[in-house]
Amino acid sequence: MFARFLPRRAPSVLPGFGPALGFALAYLSIIVLMPLAALVLRPAELGFSGFIAVVTQPRVLAALRLSFGASLIATSVNAVFGLIVAWVLVRYNFPGKRIVDALVDLPFALPTAVAGVALTALYAPNGWIGRILHPLGIEVAFTPIGVVVALVFIGLPFVVRTVQPVLQDLDREVEEAAASLGASRWQTIVRVILPAILPALLTGFALALARGVGEYGSVIFIAGNMPLVSEIAPLLIVIKLEQYDYAGAAAVGVAMLSISFVMLLVLNLLQRWHRGR
Amino acid sequence: MAAETKAPASGPAPASAAAIDEPAWVRRLLIAVGLVFIGLFLVLPLVAVFVEALSNGIGAYLAALRPPDALAAIRLTLLVAAIAVPCNLIFGVVAAWAIAKFEFTGRSLLITFIDLPFSVSPVISGLVYVLLFGAHGWFGPWLVANNVQIIFAVPGIVLATIFVTFPFVARELIPLMQEQGTEEEEAALSLGANGWQTFWRVTLPNIKWGLLYGVLLSNARAMGEFGAVSVVSGHIRGLTNTMPLHVEILYNEYNFVGAFAVASLLALLALVTLVLKSLLEWRFGHELAASRH
Amino acid sequence: MLRSASIALAVAGIVAAFAPAQSHADRMLLNVSYDPTREFYQDYNAVFVKHWKDTTGETVTLRMSHGGSGKQARSVIDGLPADVVTLALAGDVEELAKRDLIKSGWQARLPDNSAPYTSTIVFLVRKGNPKNIKDWPDLVRDGIQVITPNPKTSGGARWNYLAAWGYALKQPGGTPETAKAFVGQIYRHVPVLDAGARAATNTFVQRKIGDVFLSWENEALLAIKELGPGEVDIVIPSVSILAEPSVAVVDANVDRSKTRDLAEAYLKFLYTPESQEIVAKHFFRPRNADILARHRELFPPVALFTIDAVFGGWEKAQDEHFADGGIYDQIYQPGGR
Repeated sequence: MFARFLPRRAPSVLPGFGPALGFALAYLSIIVLMPLAALVLRPAELGFSGFIAVVTQPRVLAALRLSFGASLIATSVNAVFGLIVAWVLVRYNFPGKRIVDALVDLPFALPTAVAGVALTALYAPNGWIGRILHPLGIEVAFTPIGVVVALVFIGLPFVVRTVQPVLQDLDREVEEAAASLGASRWQTIVRVILPAILPALLTGFALALARGVGEYGSVIFIAGNMPLVSEIAPLLIVIKLEQYDYAGAAAVGVAMLSISFVMLLVLNLLQRWHRGR
Repeated sequence: MAAETKAPASGPAPASAAAIDEPAWVRRLLIAVGLVFIGLFLVLPLVAVFVEALSNGIGAYLAALRPPDALAAIRLTLLVAAIAVPCNLIFGVVAAWAIAKFEFTGRSLLITFIDLPFSVSPVISGLVYVLLFGAHGWFGPWLVANNVQIIFAVPGIVLATIFVTFPFVARELIPLMQEQGTEEEEAALSLGANGWQTFWRVTLPNIKWGLLYGVLLSNARAMGEFGAVSVVSGHIRGLTNTMPLHVEILYNEYNFVGAFAVASLLALLALVTLVLKSLLEWRFGHELAASRH
Repeated sequence: MLRSASIALAVAGIVAAFAPAQSHADRMLLNVSYDPTREFYQDYNAVFVKHWKDTTGETVTLRMSHGGSGKQARSVIDGLPADVVTLALAGDVEELAKRDLIKSGWQARLPDNSAPYTSTIVFLVRKGNPKNIKDWPDLVRDGIQVITPNPKTSGGARWNYLAAWGYALKQPGGTPETAKAFVGQIYRHVPVLDAGARAATNTFVQRKIGDVFLSWENEALLAIKELGPGEVDIVIPSVSILAEPSVAVVDANVDRSKTRDLAEAYLKFLYTPESQEIVAKHFFRPRNADILARHRELFPPVALFTIDAVFGGWEKAQDEHFADGGIYDQIYQPGGR
């Protein structure tokens, strides 16, 4: 198994590859892989056809579609606005900047259930924001839009916090060089800065996406949880558990896990391809 | 050579660099967009939490934090974070070193595995430990026979917390260390430094802000995790309830002031750590940068 | 092989490092209960601790765990060391009996089906009952929105469902088909399907969504007390179900932790007049007829049917209605599967 991880190129002069990789793999195995193996093996009692039958139920499919779709939309919103926030925080000065910087981590610190309650209170028809949107015919709480709002909240720090350090580390001399060679500011941003931060942005995107797909605590409060409409996949897992259907719950979990895993892998490979160019 | 670019986050952009700055209106527009977005999605929910928490006055707010069960929940949350965060800090640095400084087959796969806990629903991350250590899990019979309690006790909560905060530090460091490349380390080695010296004197100073971010993120998430901990906690009042679970209990008791008071405390804890980070950067940022010349 | 052995060793190391110190000053009793009993057991535990101290001289510590009834039962199955369970439904206790944690025949070990307090399903409506909701058929009128949690995740919601079913069945010409149609209609009037009973209460009372909320009587009375009497009224339907929350000693656990005497005394004490008064104070219907009579204005008489009489017991109701592909799923997925 270790043979797969042998250095591909000429051995690096840096030391510590073996021990570092060994420790990382051991820790990963104990904390992540072994528990997940327990999860993946659990639906085995259903048999392959049983597994397929569970994950192709219309309700399961609808829930998976909602979880992945809402997460994708929310993450796209975050990719754009998160990048702007990170840029503003690193490059510009304005009053209260430190406070804004600190606030970005809030979605991590606030228990997801509290976030859900707070967002529901804001967006329900009698809430601060819902009161404005409701007369316009826009319903956020208890609809799939509510799911997206919750996931935007949950995912924002992932994008900002992965882009921010790289942006901070970016060598401004390169930009100066580009400018002195006659590049317009726009060209510099598109040709120099964006490529440099793209790996980090993709990472943030992948993390926010993956996190959004699995999010439970904040979403159930604001989603309405109607089967086939606003019922997310993690809720279905809970529902199956309530019926003592461990294998069925694990089957839905495995389905989510596989899709996320492939998505993450593709994004990581994209990033690698990008770096390799 | 890159020392002067390591200006602290709050440092002003070099005034002489007008050629590489955006026009003022673009700057203002971007700031406005960023602020409105933050305001709408982060500040308003936060304000809602504090408004609810203080709706019966500061006295009621403080009273909500004093019962023994609330104090036990606060203690447990701090204990769990104190164990989980260092574990993931060590793992994060080591894994990032292997991944960012070396090229090897299966690297993307490894990164994907590290990301995996993020994409696992919190419900599932709790469930996997139940499947391992529950009475009917893989190790269940052995644990029962030896009278060892893992889930529905502190160890289970720690494990679930480590699981959900697993990728933070590693994920923060990998892009940063990739961006920095290996030239500086190679130079240090060629000048006769050994591996440890290179790591402590060259790599660590380079990644310190990324590391700090990662630790702060995992700390905040460790303290705020709800779904996974909820599955393995057993909800025993005063014993295995963390702060987020205590928030849920209070909320379900229609004690909204209490629930939001504890929630606001979590938010405050995070804000305090972030202020500390800013102070550190401001106080030591230049010295740290200068020491690397 | 070597690999799994070394992993097992590593896990054993972690376990040893984390194992809690087993020092018992006082004996501890863990009562694993469901959400709506928090306030009741808080009071009851204080009284029982004093009673136990007075009669035996021993100081005991009582610990509570609350959550959704099904989730709590699952936790006990997975190893939560409960000495007693006090859950929302006999069905959840039965799941423990099926796994040999509780001896079979548990329901006969204590009086009244091992349910020392009962409740029923009532309607909570907006103050002054603006939509004039009086009985079950009003729930399916045009424009009425009904709030009830998801019966798949909430034990309480299952009682709501069964109460509606029983009502429809008891109407002239009522058959399982008409009942299914009626219950299906109710769920088409539900705009938000919360996961738990308390979340649904908040949706109705705090978020002000829906016209009528199907609720346990004790939860309805508590909500009125806690969330403001000026907001909502209670409507008692013509017929409802007798909800019997069950209590039981978890035999497998008390034998291990040597708390059987304490656990049995704890549950028996629930039936004493003193405890039954606390029951009434927290809006559950006491089993003790005298004490129930004393609180008549709080608990008006309702025509109640039992789950045994109408559905043939919990297990049967669970399998027919709430299992995957059961009647509830058919209601929600017309033409599905």
